[in-house]
Amino acid sequence: MMSPSPAATASSRRERVRRFTALVRKESFQVMRDPSSILIAFVLPIILLFLFGYGVSLDTKLTRVGLVMEETTPLTGDLAASFRASRYFSVVSGRDRRQFEEELVLSRIRGIIVIPADFTTNYMAGNRPQLQVIVDGSDPNTANFVQNYAQGAVTNWQLQRQAEMMGGGPAITVEQRFWFNPELTSRSFLVPGSIAIVMTLVGTLLTSLVVAREWERGTMEAMMATPVTAAELLAGKLLPYFLLGLTSMTLCVLLAVFLFGVPFRGSVLALYALSAVFLMPALGQGLLISAVTKNQFLASQLALISAFLPAFLLSGFLFEINSMPTVIQWITFIVPARYLIPSLQTVFLAGDIWPMFLQAIAIMFAIGCIFFLLAARSTKKRIA
Amino acid sequence: MWWSRLKALIIKELLAVLRDPKSRLILIGPPIVQLLVFSYAATLEVRNVDIALLNRDSGHWGQELVQRIDGSPTFRSISSAQNLAEVREAVDRQRVTAALVVGPDFSRNIEAGRPADLQIILDGRRSNASQIVAGYLNQIVATLAAETPAGTGAAARSVVVVPRNWFNPNLIFQWFMVPNLIASIALLIGLIVTALSIARERELGTFDQLMVSPLRTHEILIGKFIPPMMIGLFHMTIYILAAIFIFGVPLRGSLLLLYGSSLFYLASVAGLGLFISALSTTQQQAILGAFLFLVPAMLLSGFATPIENMPNWLQPLTVINPLRYFLVIVKGVFLKDIPPAEVLNQTWPLLVIAAVTLSAASWLFRRRLE
Repeated sequence: MMSPSPAATASSRRERVRRFTALVRKESFQVMRDPSSILIAFVLPIILLFLFGYGVSLDTKLTRVGLVMEETTPLTGDLAASFRASRYFSVVSGRDRRQFEEELVLSRIRGIIVIPADFTTNYMAGNRPQLQVIVDGSDPNTANFVQNYAQGAVTNWQLQRQAEMMGGGPAITVEQRFWFNPELTSRSFLVPGSIAIVMTLVGTLLTSLVVAREWERGTMEAMMATPVTAAELLAGKLLPYFLLGLTSMTLCVLLAVFLFGVPFRGSVLALYALSAVFLMPALGQGLLISAVTKNQFLASQLALISAFLPAFLLSGFLFEINSMPTVIQWITFIVPARYLIPSLQTVFLAGDIWPMFLQAIAIMFAIGCIFFLLAARSTKKRIA
Repeated sequence: MWWSRLKALIIKELLAVLRDPKSRLILIGPPIVQLLVFSYAATLEVRNVDIALLNRDSGHWGQELVQRIDGSPTFRSISSAQNLAEVREAVDRQRVTAALVVGPDFSRNIEAGRPADLQIILDGRRSNASQIVAGYLNQIVATLAAETPAGTGAAARSVVVVPRNWFNPNLIFQWFMVPNLIASIALLIGLIVTALSIARERELGTFDQLMVSPLRTHEILIGKFIPPMMIGLFHMTIYILAAIFIFGVPLRGSLLLLYGSSLFYLASVAGLGLFISALSTTQQQAILGAFLFLVPAMLLSGFATPIENMPNWLQPLTVINPLRYFLVIVKGVFLKDIPPAEVLNQTWPLLVIAAVTLSAASWLFRRRLE
């Protein structure tokens, strides 16, 4: 229905290019004119990067714990000192655990370490002395950290005493190496991940809103009635957002490298190749959402549920995919961010590992094609 | 008289959201699906870990170590590597989270009572998971070390750390996630529904009609304010039921306190939404504006990371975040049965947020009228 008339075929090529540039210009003006798209493409990324760069970190800093010493002997004093010396704990001391129990309920402290009254006797007699660590299980993550750090502090203390008393070291020494990120700064892997979230917002949320508005107002149908073909129309609509997505990604990378000192060990080529291909499924999804909903409220909700939240929660950004139940692991296979995030982390921290990137690119491309096909189908149906 | 006017407006507002079958579906279906999917997905536990092993030791102890790791529920598979290049490749491409290198003298050193070395390589790109995996591996090694000839002497004196997890003895992650999600999803939906309410009228041009109707400004605001709260309460009820009956989260505190405080929470969310709505001229601006608030609000709420871990200059910013207060209430009432005084402590800031945002919204309206 959209094919040009036979008479126009000669000049159609030039005509087409002219039409297309006009369309892209119109769309670009629309993007630039609306402050909200600038807000989402430039202000939000900066806020996100700042939050991940400075604020939100998964590194546990000083955790407040209560230390209850039910007896005071040189031995327990020595043990208590090793807790105080731990760089993970800020220790508040007391003699009775009841004074800390209320604080634990109110989350003023995260745990209580109890050195019982018979500790020294048991230790001297070789009776495997006990130490109690009470934590707030309502936050399992922090609870685990406190347990592990307490265990670590006790182990260190024992090794020190052993070395002092017997002169021998531990039976097995473990040498630990964290590759790519030896200081374990969580910023270094959160920042690359947040770039994927920003591109999801620009690609999917923004695009779905803009196209849904056109449907809502009926301007989409009006455009369909012009000589512009459906493919041209969509390409013209998406090109500005594609460029906007890449620009906002570039801004993020510059901030990450120059402001937050995240290392960049890979190549710029890999960065742009991965990002550009990622924008395909992102834009395709935005288009599909708008074609299905044709309403800004529905489009925003659907974009939120099907793109933003999965990019956040089902992509391996914050939560390990391997740890999820099998059914949910299947769902993650269709989340494009799942492929982008590990690759971006690799570009930043490890360098170019092309076999990994090419696989990610191929899968993202395939998902993108599926979204575009579905979008094209549902657009056609609406017009007929 | 004013009541019937208001009632008409409330019904109209409810219809605006609920009339369309697609909207009805999106307000009911996805929130439930989100709760189901995300509460199972969002786990910071580390399970099904794959590791690579380069075992150059032919003795008993190296074998023993491998068996212990294999027997641990955390690890899913151990793939053997022949050389360091294979280890590197497996770590690089993220086929494994960690790699273990056992040197050729491992067993010999242990038998001779000499300290034996072991190398663990971890993927720093996923430093959170790697740290936890490192912890597990160290624990396995420590148990093994206690059984070596050199270790058995010290074993009798080794301190046993007895862990006690209050409020959630088995550290079930859903007990933590579901209350968190209840508060977050309510914010997500509530904010967008209210942010759109006035912006939509403005975009469609019906706002002027509303302004010339006999309704007063504050009546319009109340009319815009109540329907999202009704929808929010409906969601809240479904979530609480799902938390208790589907996820088995124990409700240890009072249901009344939970409902009472959630009224204030929803009011503060609706207030913020109306404020954003009053600032925007189009629906797109309203949605994106809501987003600009939502994303930082979720990150700075204490949901994923405790507020006390944030830098000191950032912590005051969380004061205007309603999610921060309500998270303490939901988690506290569900799991810890926190005292009513603490609930009150977290509720009054919500009231302040609601009051401030609503006054600001109505001021913005009046200004636009003149």
